[in-house]
Amino acid sequence: MFESKSGILWVGGLGFFAFAFLSNGLLPMLMVTEPEKTAEQMVNSNVMYQFEELSRRYPESFAEHVGEPTEQRCADMLRLGRQIYIGEGCWHCHSQFVRPVSNESQRWGKVAFPEEFHNELQRPVMFGTRRVGPDLSREGGRRGNDWQAVHLFKPKMVSSDSVMPEYPWFFDGSPDKPNLRGFAVITYIQWLGSWLESYPYYEELDELQQAEDY
Amino acid sequence: MITSAGLVDHSDHEKLVISQLVRWHFLAALLFLTISMLAGILMALQLVHWNPLNGIELLAAGRWRMIHTNAVAYGFLANAFLGALHWSVPRLTLRPVASKLVSYFIFYAWQAVVLATAVGIIVGPSFQTAGWVADLSRQWGIAFSLGAQGLEWGETPFWVDPIALVGLALVAYNFMIPISKSNTPMYVTLWYFIAAFVWTFLTYAMGNLLPEYTVSGANAGAIGGLFIHDLVGLFVTPLGWGLMYYFVPILLKKPIWSHGLSLVGFWGLAFFYPLNGIHHFLYTPIPMFLQYGAVVATVAVELVVTTVIVNFVGTLWGEGKTFVTNLPIRYFYTGMIMYFITCTQCAMQVTLTFQKLIHFTDWVVGHAHLVMFGVFSLWIFGMMTYLFPRVLQRQWYSSNLAEWHYWLSTIGVGIMALDLILGGLFQGYYWASLQPWDVSVNGSQPFWITRVFAGLMMFGGLLCFLYNLWMTYRSPVTAPVPVEQPVAKAAT
Repeated sequence: MFESKSGILWVGGLGFFAFAFLSNGLLPMLMVTEPEKTAEQMVNSNVMYQFEELSRRYPESFAEHVGEPTEQRCADMLRLGRQIYIGEGCWHCHSQFVRPVSNESQRWGKVAFPEEFHNELQRPVMFGTRRVGPDLSREGGRRGNDWQAVHLFKPKMVSSDSVMPEYPWFFDGSPDKPNLRGFAVITYIQWLGSWLESYPYYEELDELQQAEDY
Repeated sequence: MITSAGLVDHSDHEKLVISQLVRWHFLAALLFLTISMLAGILMALQLVHWNPLNGIELLAAGRWRMIHTNAVAYGFLANAFLGALHWSVPRLTLRPVASKLVSYFIFYAWQAVVLATAVGIIVGPSFQTAGWVADLSRQWGIAFSLGAQGLEWGETPFWVDPIALVGLALVAYNFMIPISKSNTPMYVTLWYFIAAFVWTFLTYAMGNLLPEYTVSGANAGAIGGLFIHDLVGLFVTPLGWGLMYYFVPILLKKPIWSHGLSLVGFWGLAFFYPLNGIHHFLYTPIPMFLQYGAVVATVAVELVVTTVIVNFVGTLWGEGKTFVTNLPIRYFYTGMIMYFITCTQCAMQVTLTFQKLIHFTDWVVGHAHLVMFGVFSLWIFGMMTYLFPRVLQRQWYSSNLAEWHYWLSTIGVGIMALDLILGGLFQGYYWASLQPWDVSVNGSQPFWITRVFAGLMMFGGLLCFLYNLWMTYRSPVTAPVPVEQPVAKAAT
């Protein structure tokens, strides 16, 4: 078996792969019993507050690109915002889970828990791989829409040491005129963590608040 | 062809190998490697505030970072491996590939897949706002993304995935037919190849279909982990090691030291490697028993790796001076030393204790470069250094330039890996000590600046290689360069 073509093909190639897939892939998938929530179901009053605030803060741009600040439009923006978050590679520098170690719950808030990932907007899950910038899973509500808009337009305007790329193509020429992509991304960012009771979560450490100028 | 005396006659090898395809695949590989390294340099410049192209949509560092990783995996490694497979499989089986037509089709189709992936990643996000995209996305309930998909190395746009799968199936068919028909002894190389053809197809299908279309959430992240890891472990690793088992004995003109250790190495890898994936997501909400299992399996792989390294050191034993005099051998064994370093590193970093500190830091990035460039790219450079004169019928234009390529690549990746690993430790401590985020970014600058120059060294090495290749092409054809033949310790 160990040196025969069929042994290598069936046992090594297919058998061991199947064993690993069943035990490490299918098993955890089967452990999820509750149905997946849709983007519409993930819209909540916290993110709607931010969404409506966007429509009041940038009334003309919002009416032109998004329309009315309804819950359905908010869900659409979450879907689109997530696609842009992926397409622009945001998730290569920002993670979306708070670990129970390394004092992360003090910096960001509640440790990640399984239920918060069981929705359409986490398929595939945006755990992330590297933190050049901070974790974003508790970002919603932490900063205002204005800050997010300016930061996306030119990060160094509000965070002088930032190494984040600029995204002027989310705007019609200036940070006070977000376009459809800009509204979608800001809505998506404000949604992250909006399902928590403690939203918005602010840093507990005073020094940290001063240093990061909240 | 096996003569009555049981000796293998190699006189007809030349007719079996389509050396044009070896050449084409290697050139395509070098093209994509050049693009990938330029993309890497762009991202490196972004991190040190020096990106001159900041704010240009189609040259966005975030999108080109994905070109960096995808061009290495699917453009560089896949093409280089296909070239090397076209060289080695017919020689090992004494049979041509299943169909020359399919071979040429694969060549064109695969370049189309890689280019389509690149175009999708670069241009796709710009069209994401079109109304019909949102409509389809809502109708089908899937992430209808024109650009990248949200899984590392699985960024390949969804509309490219089916074509890539057909391509991989054809690759398996084209090389499995000669292997299945052959009556020659089953070299260790062929064990790895058979497994790799099956694994690559399954891994690609698993990673590009399941996480996107089936289950959401943390537990489905496990599949993502399997995919990321299996692409290294079940596509790159078996093809890389398979080719080492082929080229090293040929160049040293002696068989592999221990057949028994070869068996341990192969079957150990086959069993333990697929069980590793979840170690990419330690401390996530994925159930802990799965995380522990992945950690244990990973440590087991490192033990297996040690047996393989011992086997290859045993093979080199007594021929140590070839490490100095023979450039391809030097590439191969340098890669193996780095492989042993990365695997030792891996056995430590995979533990929960290390993960606390180093997860999400540049330590991991350093590790990744050590594996992908320090090991597999060096191996491929070694194969190319050996094979180009044989498929071009010319000696290298300059052995000095070839030496420069080796030293710039090796020292460059060495500096980059050390630099990023060390930088990762700093980042981990900055974060754990709850200092403001900017402190970790500013504290990383010395490491990131060093990384730019290490990357430029590696790129300089590549430029030496490309110039050398160009001048070799332009020089007149010399006498055919002799091709060393396999040394069989017939096992079966």
